[in-house]
Order: sequence, then C-alpha cells, then structure tokens
Amino acid sequence: MNRTVLDLWVGSFVIAGIGALLFLALKVGSMTTVNATDSYEVVADFQNIGGLKPRAPVKSAGVVVGRVADIRFDNQKYEAVVTLRLDKRYAFPKDTSASIMTSGLLGEQYVGLEAGGDSMNLKNGDRILITQDAVVLENLIGQFLYGKAQEGKAQEGAPK
Amino acid sequence: MQNDTLVEIEDAVFGYGERPVLKGINLTAKRGQVVAIMGSSGCGKTTLLRLIGGQVKAGQGTVRVAGESLGELDRAGLYRLRRKMGMLFQFGALFTDMSVFDNVAFQLREHTDLPEDAIRDLVLMKLHAVGLRGAADLMPSELSGGMARRVALARAIALDPALVMYDEPFAGLDPISLGVTGNLIRRLTDTLGLTSLVVTHDVQESLKIVDYVYFVSEGVIVAEGSAEEIRASDLPYVHQFVHGEADGPVPFHYPAPSYADDLQLGGQGA
Amino acid sequence: MLRQAIERLGNRTIQGVWRIGYASRFFVAMLLHSGTAFRRFGLTIREMYFSGVLSLIIILVSGLFVGMVLGLQGYETLQRYGSESALGTLVALSLVRELGPVLAGLLFASRAGSAITAEIGLMKATEQLSAMEMMAVDPIARVVAPRFWAGVISMPLLAALFSAMGIFGGYLVGVRLIGVDEGSFWSQMQGAVDFEQDILNGVIKSAVFGVAVTTIALFEGYDAPPTAEGVSRATTRTVVTSSLAVLALDFILTAFMFRGLN
Repeated sequence: MNRTVLDLWVGSFVIAGIGALLFLALKVGSMTTVNATDSYEVVADFQNIGGLKPRAPVKSAGVVVGRVADIRFDNQKYEAVVTLRLDKRYAFPKDTSASIMTSGLLGEQYVGLEAGGDSMNLKNGDRILITQDAVVLENLIGQFLYGKAQEGKAQEGAPK
Repeated sequence: MQNDTLVEIEDAVFGYGERPVLKGINLTAKRGQVVAIMGSSGCGKTTLLRLIGGQVKAGQGTVRVAGESLGELDRAGLYRLRRKMGMLFQFGALFTDMSVFDNVAFQLREHTDLPEDAIRDLVLMKLHAVGLRGAADLMPSELSGGMARRVALARAIALDPALVMYDEPFAGLDPISLGVTGNLIRRLTDTLGLTSLVVTHDVQESLKIVDYVYFVSEGVIVAEGSAEEIRASDLPYVHQFVHGEADGPVPFHYPAPSYADDLQLGGQGA
Repeated sequence: MLRQAIERLGNRTIQGVWRIGYASRFFVAMLLHSGTAFRRFGLTIREMYFSGVLSLIIILVSGLFVGMVLGLQGYETLQRYGSESALGTLVALSLVRELGPVLAGLLFASRAGSAITAEIGLMKATEQLSAMEMMAVDPIARVVAPRFWAGVISMPLLAALFSAMGIFGGYLVGVRLIGVDEGSFWSQMQGAVDFEQDILNGVIKSAVFGVAVTTIALFEGYDAPPTAEGVSRATTRTVVTSSLAVLALDFILTAFMFRGLN
C-alpha cells in the first residue's frame, strides 16, 4: 500500500473519530458543565430535598443557570445543605428564593431560582435564605385526604 | 592488531532447561574463510549459530567474536556487535509485509542516516550481487524459495558485515538454486572479504565451497579438517555422513527396548 | 489419584503465575521501548491503518444497528409510561456509558486483536523476529510498541464513532420512523448526558480497553509456540481472554466511576 494513501486513510479516520467525540460532547452532552473558574457557589438549606441529586440542573425561568454541586446533611440543624454552582454570567439578587421542583409528574428534580428585588447580588459563598422544600407525594396525598375528611365532617355537621 | 581469527569458541556448554545441547565445543573461524558446521539434524548446529549471534548465552566457556567476549557484553554492546554480523535464516525470514527492496533497505534505514538516494543505490548494488536487481519491487510471497534466500542473503550483507552466518542455506532447494547459492556464498566471501559460517547437512554441495569443516554430533565436535581431509577421512561417523549411509555410528533406530519385547512375542502379557 | 490431582493443580498455578509475571515484564518492556513508536510516528500510523481504519466498517455498521435496536426497544418500553420523549436520553446514556466502549472493545478484540496475534505469531514462526534481533533491531521497539500505541489511540476513536453512529441510529428509528418529537429527543438527551461524567468516562474506559486488548493480543502472539497450531490457538486465546478482560474491566471501571452518582 502506498504510503501517502495510508496516511490519508489514517488521517481521515482520526478526523472522523475526533468529529464523533465532538458530536458527543456538543450535540449529545451539554458541554455546559460549569467549571470552577467561571462559576460561583451559593448554598441553600432545605428541610427536605426529596429526590434531588448532585449534578441536577439549577434553572431560573426554565433556563439552566448552573448545577447542584454538593448535597450534605447538617447535623446541627437537621437540614439538607445544598451547594449550587452557578454560571458567572448570571447574577441573582440577595433575596432570591430557591425551590425544589419536579419536571413533569415523574421527571427528574431540579432547583428553581426565582429572583427577588434586592439591589445587592449573591456572591461566592453566600446563602440563599428563602427556600421551598420538595413536594413529597405522600405528604400531598395525606394532606388531601385530611382535607377531604375535614370537609366531610363539616358537611355532616351542617344539616343538624 | 588485526587478528586473523574472527570467531573463537572455547569449551562452550549450553542446554535448554535440563537438556544439554552443546557439551564443550571448540571452534575457530579465520577471516576470509568459509567454515562449515555439519552434523545430522537436531545435533545443536543451529544452537551454535544462536550462541555466536548472542541470542543465547553459553552456560560455560567463552564465545569471542572480533575479539569481544559475548558473555561479558551488555545489551547495547551486543547490538553494536551484531551490526558486524549478518545472518541468513533457514527459510530466509524475509519481512513478509515489505517489498524485496524494503527488506534489503531495512538495516540501512534502521541504523544509518543515509539519504534515500544513497540507500537506493546501496540496495540495488546488493540485489545486483545476488542477481535479483530486477525483483526489487516484488513482495516476498511472489518469490520462489531460492530467490527468497538470495534476497535474504542480500539483506544479510547490507551493512557489509565481517561475519555472515547461514542456517541451512541449501535446505529445500532445487539443484540449480543449490549451485547458485553455493557459488554466491563462496564469491561473496572472497569479494567482500568476509567470513562465512555455514551450518548445513548438505555434504556434497558444501564440500565444494568450504575451506574448513567441523562435524558436530551429540553436542561435541567429532571431526574437523579441510574439505579434502574430510572426503578422505575414514572416521566411521564422517564416512557415514559423507556417503549418506543409512546405518552406522548414527543408528537408523531411535533408542528403544528390544523389538521382540515390545511386540510382546514369547507369550507373556495379552 | 489425589496426589496427582494436587500436583496438577500446583503445576497449573505455578505456570499461571509464571505467565502473569512474564506478561507483566513484556508490558513493562513494551512501555520502556516505546520511544521508537513516537520518534518514528510513521510506524504507528501504519499500524493505525490496520487496527483502526480496517475496523471502521464493522464498528460503524454495528453501531448503527445497535442504536436502531435501542431506539425500537427503548420506545416500546418508554411509551408504556408515556415518556417517549426520554428516548434520546436512554439511547445516548446506554451508548456513551456502556455499549459504545464495551461493544467497540469486543469488536476490536475480535477484528484487530486476532489479526495482531496472528501476525506477530507468524512473524515469530517464520523467524522474522529473530532475524530482526540479529540485525540489531529490537523487535519490541520496532514491531510490538507501534502496534500497542496504534491500538491505544484507535480504540477511543472507534468507541466514539460507535456511540455517535448508534445515537444516529436511535434518531433514525425514534424520530424519523416512529415520530418521537425531534426537539425533546435532543434536548432531553443534552440535559441528561454530562460531558465529564458520561462522555469523558466513556473515553477513559475505551482507552483502558485498548490497552488491555492490544497488550493481550501482542503478548499472545509474541508468546505463541512457533507452529501453525500454536499460532491458531494463540489467536483463539486472544479473542477469549481479551473479551473477558473487556467485560471484567468494564465492571470494575463502572463501579469506580459511577459510584458517587446515585
């Protein structure tokens, strides 16, 4: 086999392989893994995080603005401490609230941020004070049943 | 200090595992000579070549090539010494993935920084010496056995070695190729001033071209001498070998218990 | 009887340990003599043609079909829960994390690994390696190391091509054929596949498989008895051993890589 033909083939092979890698990186995966240099971290405490996992997206108005970096349990307050790694391009006021949401009925859970009105922005290491816990299905059903029961009692009592 | 002796082996002992192959070999080859090492198949001739090439190390005794003792050389020293040696393997051992030209050019490309023009000239010269300049672009699979061996010979002399070793150069060749190869060995030895060590069991062909012959049997040298001395020798072993007799000191039968016992004649057993 | 059985066991053990030791020495020698493979990169490029380019067809075709099957089966399962839109995620994650590296590794073992063993074994049987040694050229540096590095470089590229082709196959079946929404196919996939955790780990996996498969193939060839039977047995052993090695390594690597995730 001619040397140049061989080189050409191997060159095309390498280009195709790297092309496939780029395709995987850009089109299949979200290259938007925020790395440490252009991000900042804030923490938020939750009483219940439901099924939230590290690397879950952090969204604001439906746009991914960061990822959950770490989840710990605070043994003093008996609360979950969630570290959020946010993209530097997005700044949020100090009184931003964080809540744990579910995409769809059975979808993955993510952290939703809702901006407040403070003039100061969150900085690296700050704490989000207003949080809303994950909705736990069992509690929801329990509340619903309890509410129904209350309703029923009220109706029973009414005709008397 | 140009010493007359190129290869010198003293009391070399070698064995694979516990099986001794060479049991004290003494051998010398002078510069410019064609020396043959003869013996029946499996008597350790090829091992002797591997010993001289440094592929195996002698258990005892010394092997000296060009004044350097092989046992004392490190890897780098051995590789340096091997550049002065060429070896022709039994079936040529050409690199099957390269053309004839690239095979001959192999060592030049590996060991020298010569420009491609110079390599081309040298390769064509070596191929011309073995009469195969026209086959430069063929692949080894397209060559006949005799041609492959001539290409391998051209490859072995590519770096102008001082010593060329031939492992069974005559095995499996037709009579014409046989004569061609024998003549080539003699002619190249004389014109290039090298030393040739030929391991063979082809007595008639090799006696035509050699200066000196060693007979090896069961790991020791049993006879030595010039071609005429060997032809005239009346040592039973040499006589049997030279004249190709079926039975003699080298028995036709592999050692075995008595034939009658083995066939269980005489009624005992089943 | 018992004594014989114990003796045989002992013999096997000693031989096994000896072989592992010999293989490790071979591996180290190969790494130490890798200079030539990089100084004269042409040698490595040549081998990349044989192990990489010539494996392309089987890798691309298998990738496409595996992806298409994943698309069909995944859709079948997901639509029961009304989450067809997660088809992209399913196809991409299974391919990038597992199927791409593993299947490409298995195909590489049987396509390129067996060829390497047969080639090296035949070079040994026809004394080409001895001839090279006698010409003061180290066969490990000149023959073995370039093949090793060619395999190590080719393998991740082949695995990436396999995964990409598979995702394309899943897209063809899922979106073009069945009619899953194209937007959610890609966006859910992008939301779920992480570059570092999934894609990079897949690349690392496939590189490790490349090291394992080529080392086994080269060692088996180099160690093969110089006969036709010896070479053919060594070739079979290469395929069996390296396939098992790929699967076992996959389990170990997966356990390490994705341990912290869930």
